[in-house]
Amino acid sequence: MDWLYVLMPIAGIKIFWPGLIILGIGVGIIGGFFGMGGAWMVTPGLNILGFPMAFAIGTDIAHMAGKSLISTMRHGKFGNVDYKLGLIMLVGTIVGFELGAQMVMWLERLGSVEKVVRYLYLVLLALIAWMVFADVAKKKRKEREAAAAGQEVDKLATGIEWHKTLHKIKIPPMVHFNVAQIYCSAWLPILVSLLTGWLAGILGIGGGLIRMPALIYFVGCPTHVAVGTDLFEVMISGLYGTGTYTYKGRTELVAAMIMLCGAAVGAQIGTVATKYIKGYGIRIAFGLCVIGCALSIILKMLAKGIPGYGGVFDGAATVLILGLVSCMSIYIFVRMMQGAKAEIAAKKARAEIGVAG
Amino acid sequence: MQKLLARIVALGVLAWLCLPGIAGAAGPAAAPLVIVADTRIATGWLGWWANLYNESHLLFALVTVIIIPVVGLIFGVLADLIMGHIGLDLRSRELAEH
Repeated sequence: MDWLYVLMPIAGIKIFWPGLIILGIGVGIIGGFFGMGGAWMVTPGLNILGFPMAFAIGTDIAHMAGKSLISTMRHGKFGNVDYKLGLIMLVGTIVGFELGAQMVMWLERLGSVEKVVRYLYLVLLALIAWMVFADVAKKKRKEREAAAAGQEVDKLATGIEWHKTLHKIKIPPMVHFNVAQIYCSAWLPILVSLLTGWLAGILGIGGGLIRMPALIYFVGCPTHVAVGTDLFEVMISGLYGTGTYTYKGRTELVAAMIMLCGAAVGAQIGTVATKYIKGYGIRIAFGLCVIGCALSIILKMLAKGIPGYGGVFDGAATVLILGLVSCMSIYIFVRMMQGAKAEIAAKKARAEIGVAG
Repeated sequence: MQKLLARIVALGVLAWLCLPGIAGAAGPAAAPLVIVADTRIATGWLGWWANLYNESHLLFALVTVIIIPVVGLIFGVLADLIMGHIGLDLRSRELAEH
């Protein structure tokens, strides 16, 4: 069974390559669907396959850059990418990321930064999950109230509408984002990206997990456009990350390429699924992922806090993350297949009517 | 909105007050880093790749940064061709919400 293992030339270890492909497919589906890199999913997966931690992050970022490019291409064709918004936000993201990284170095000089990062991450995830589910609850309440009054809620309506308040701040220059259908001060996306970039820099993550909901709730993007635009940003920041991590010798290109083979398939599935699952379906699934991610961090903190059961909690965290990735990937895949089947059947029916007519 | 801002500010103040205590704990050991890749175990193009890493980290990083998007682009175009044959409309979608 030696052929199932491939040598990683830099780390000098052999890795089970079908595992890398499966991981790539799963993360590709979720990344393409939610518009994020998914480092929080890949790192435990790579660790299970025997990857040293030092290589797991760099390899993940390298594959993430390629995968995001594939997803961005597909989302771009759907009209889900606002390149102007993405480029403006990129400025804030890079500056914010560097500020965050500098702050981490300052915290490292004080002592351990790990606990700060974990607590901050938890607070942030709790806030995001609360935002998503408060939004869903508010939209449902609006629908109930409208139904009681014998009216119908506008199909394009949302629950939480903070972006409308933020759009009222008219500090020049004002900008039109045609794809996202937003007219606001250019400072709004810059400040939002600066804040999300700063948080990403402190937490040491790509930032998709924070940026995607920020694009929806603060900038006011429709969910699909938030997903596509975020992937565009992940692609560029991923390339920058690939350069820096590879220069430090922390990337295994061979593994990244193998993962990319799986991710290319997964990214197509995830991206096409956004065509069949409505915006609020994406938001709810995203909220569930955020809760899963928060639970895994709590388990990891318990592993450190109670060393006697460290192995048990660490194992539970990994099982939780991989279980979440598997369940979510299967759900997205099934919904994509159902949607595609229905579309092809409708197309055939139309063609038959046309021939009969 | 005001309530939310008040909550965010409160959280920020709490985090700021807790920060010094949290950051004072002992730090974990740094992850190991490979300075020189072992080229004796790698043959063919894997060996060439490991050699490139040993010769110049900068060139190695540059080649990686070029290879990743190129391969991504190739996979993307290939997937485009395959998906085009399935018969799905991959150029438009219904606006879901705003």
